[in-house]
Amino acid sequence: MSDNYAVIGKNLPKIDGRVKVTGQAKYTGDLKFPNMLVGKILTSPHAHARILSIDTAEAEKLPGVKAVITHEDVPGLKYGISPARWDENIFCIDKVRFVGDKVAAVAAIDEETVYKALKLIKVEYEVLPAVMDPIEAMREGAPQIHDEYPGNINTEVHQSFGDVEQAFAEAYHVRTDQFIGQRTYQSPIEPHSAISIWEGGKLTVYTSTQSPHYFQYYIAREFGLKMGDVRVIKTYVGGGFGGKLEPTGLEFAGAVLSRITGRPVKMFYDRHEMFAHNRGRHKQIMKVTTGVDKNGKILGVHADFIMDGGAYTSLGIATAYYAGAMLPLTYEFDNYKFDMLRVYTNLPACGAQRGHGAPQPRYAFECHLDMVAGDLGMDPMELRLRNARQPNTVTPNAFQVNSCELKACIEKGVEISGWKDKRGKLPPGRGIGGAVGSFVSGAGYPIYRTNLPHAAAIIKVHEDGTAATLYTGATDIGQGSDTILCQMAAEAMGYNYENMKIVSADTETTPHDFGAYASRQTLMSGAAVKQAGEEVKAQLLEIAAEMMDVAAEDLDCREAWIYRKANPDERKPFTEVAREFFVRRGPLVGRGSYTPPKLGGTFKGAPVGTSPAYSFCTQISEVEIDEETGEVDVKEVWDVHDCGKVINPALLHGQVHGALYMGMGESIWEEVVFDDKGKIVNGNLGEYRLPTALDMPKITSELVDSVEPAAPWGVKEVGEGATIPTMGCFANAIYDAMGVRIHSLPLSYEKVWRALKDKRKKEEKK
Amino acid sequence: MSMEAITDKHGVKRYLITLNVNGDSYTKVVKGNTVLVNVLRDDLDLTGTKKGCELGDCGSCTVLMDGKPVNSCLVLAVEADGREITTIEGLAQHEQLDRLQDSFVNHAAVQCGYCTPGMIMSAKALLSKNPDPTEQEVREAIAGNLCRCTGYVNIVKAVLAAAKAEGGAAR
Repeated sequence: MSDNYAVIGKNLPKIDGRVKVTGQAKYTGDLKFPNMLVGKILTSPHAHARILSIDTAEAEKLPGVKAVITHEDVPGLKYGISPARWDENIFCIDKVRFVGDKVAAVAAIDEETVYKALKLIKVEYEVLPAVMDPIEAMREGAPQIHDEYPGNINTEVHQSFGDVEQAFAEAYHVRTDQFIGQRTYQSPIEPHSAISIWEGGKLTVYTSTQSPHYFQYYIAREFGLKMGDVRVIKTYVGGGFGGKLEPTGLEFAGAVLSRITGRPVKMFYDRHEMFAHNRGRHKQIMKVTTGVDKNGKILGVHADFIMDGGAYTSLGIATAYYAGAMLPLTYEFDNYKFDMLRVYTNLPACGAQRGHGAPQPRYAFECHLDMVAGDLGMDPMELRLRNARQPNTVTPNAFQVNSCELKACIEKGVEISGWKDKRGKLPPGRGIGGAVGSFVSGAGYPIYRTNLPHAAAIIKVHEDGTAATLYTGATDIGQGSDTILCQMAAEAMGYNYENMKIVSADTETTPHDFGAYASRQTLMSGAAVKQAGEEVKAQLLEIAAEMMDVAAEDLDCREAWIYRKANPDERKPFTEVAREFFVRRGPLVGRGSYTPPKLGGTFKGAPVGTSPAYSFCTQISEVEIDEETGEVDVKEVWDVHDCGKVINPALLHGQVHGALYMGMGESIWEEVVFDDKGKIVNGNLGEYRLPTALDMPKITSELVDSVEPAAPWGVKEVGEGATIPTMGCFANAIYDAMGVRIHSLPLSYEKVWRALKDKRKKEEKK
Repeated sequence: MSMEAITDKHGVKRYLITLNVNGDSYTKVVKGNTVLVNVLRDDLDLTGTKKGCELGDCGSCTVLMDGKPVNSCLVLAVEADGREITTIEGLAQHEQLDRLQDSFVNHAAVQCGYCTPGMIMSAKALLSKNPDPTEQEVREAIAGNLCRCTGYVNIVKAVLAAAKAEGGAAR
């Protein structure tokens, strides 16, 4: 019976596929409004400097310029996506804290005039000493970036569960290793863009956003507006990956420019400005210690991390907690200690990038475990199997895990990759490596404290029953939530996908939802949609029961037919009954909402990482290394996922492909590089080196059977989880190929080449 | 440039160009530094051609100029004078999608969709000169089009499937 679904579980085409292949889909930058102006932000050329004066007179005189604004023209209220640390201003008041910090903005009749005007704004700076490294930033006498945070410590985490010291004392083997991650940037192909229209006390913002709700909440707060007077509308969004979760200067400055000029204002970042705005992945310095018994059973783990946060908090408090919170999900052990310092530096602020805080620690831990396995003379996948989490268990940091098929993922990965015939047995230069991962299916608690449901949905059936529109605040940024939520709505109503329409992510017309982050929408928005669909169905069956002169409980509805369960031939079309409903009772509407159960422990930071359900996966990769150049050629990658019931397999595997692609870029090539003055050296897609179609290996994406009891139809997340093991699995494959361990990301050709050179030197000495 | 320029009262030269876009002829006055992508998007409202980097890295603005794929952010409008330009809006014939467009939808090759128009135009150029490409040839043809969502897996599948479908038709 479990697979007896009419609409979910099927490879239905994306609901927005056609408009996207014809070029009709409008992204924010494609929109035009009458009398619209263009706006840009002037940013700081210095990493750390006091602002002595700003002279806008020349810029204001330029023909075509309609407004020039600085901190004097905007609210001074500090903002930020993390309520515990509001530390950003719309424009810097006393000093700038990184190259790219916001200083002023201009609105003019066209782009050319705007750029000319920006050059005419004269800012006098007193350059201050800057610090780009988190370790340096903590030293005594280091430049102080925010007066409120001595020692540049932004966030400090100390968590301890069980007794790690005792576990290490009793262990057969204890090992410590250190690894270093890198700054990466989400690099969606669509640049951020926002159009603000402030008219008659109401502010409307069309924007490239992952969460209309958080935008609405923070924009209203900043300007002292009622939530109801701020309308945030998501257009089609060209990718986010965490980088479009929080409102930026484009929304804040754009709103003020629109209020002052009385005209719509379009703001955008160019590619370099996107890198400077950042909110990408934090660089983490990660020390991991693990104690195991003779059989490789993990007894205790200590994770001791430092992260470079950049100049502001962004979502970094959550990132700091996530980094450690997610580690114990995959393996069962009772003793765990996690220490973290998130440190301010004079670099762009880091935030939440796909896998939020977890991928780099996972790289460190999975490399480290391979080394532990090596010490014990054990197959590394065997070590993982022995420790793999079981279903219906609780992690030391109090996360309840219901469904968990990690063991099955490892076993299947080992089987389909040919692991046993390959590990340590491939020809010289070729190697295979594995790693595992896990991720939340939605955060158990919202970003700011509120008792609002996490998701809500309304379904309105058209008067003649030939269509139904789903209204949801869920945010499709390309991952396909509009599609799978329409599948879910149709399934719950007993309707057809082809007749579904959707209005999503517009704070004025759609009900509240927190948006696209923490891989939450399939489970959470899905739960609200399912409830709304079931409510539609129940109402229809009631009317149908009157029309057919039977009891409502004897009826059901499937694929737009209402039928008697005892005799399915006795049936009426959905359209006829829906029309009759409208005639007798008015609009046919179903409503749903979802609030997760109370989750997690009571210690400080306990909410971060809680979730109704967790995905699990294994990745295995095979690489070939060029001994002369260090070039890493990835031959093949296998991903095996436990992501619960799948709503649309084609879209699901697409998420795995994309997550693996991003993980592979971060593993081998991607890194945002700065010069000693804090200027980005490679702020473009070519030199930052996004992987191309020629770089991608053969990818096999497989599933294991799993049904999550805490989710609608048993669903779980997939979009972020598949980025988590990737870096570790490549590092382990390189080790298998060449016997060299790369302790920092990316695992660049140069690092591999240098490691090989060092290895040869050592061997010659012997 | 042998083109005749009109000089405005600020001394800025402007050029009269004629573009043939998707079969229709348009005459526009442009500056010497105006790039083709801006004429298409701002003057002709053909916003299916996207801007992702304005540096020629991402390929989102790919259009066909006399059948060849070009980054329209790197082509000056005056260089396009007299040329045949095809944009994504020119592919579908009335309601009938081009095989590539159909194939992208059916193979789940579209996620956020921002790279899609450029990607399809590069693939179109490939299939026009090489109706039966190998997987490697497809990857080479789209190597200048960056996609951040799909890992190119389903895009490559979609192009190969479209080629197969096209091969079956009388060409």
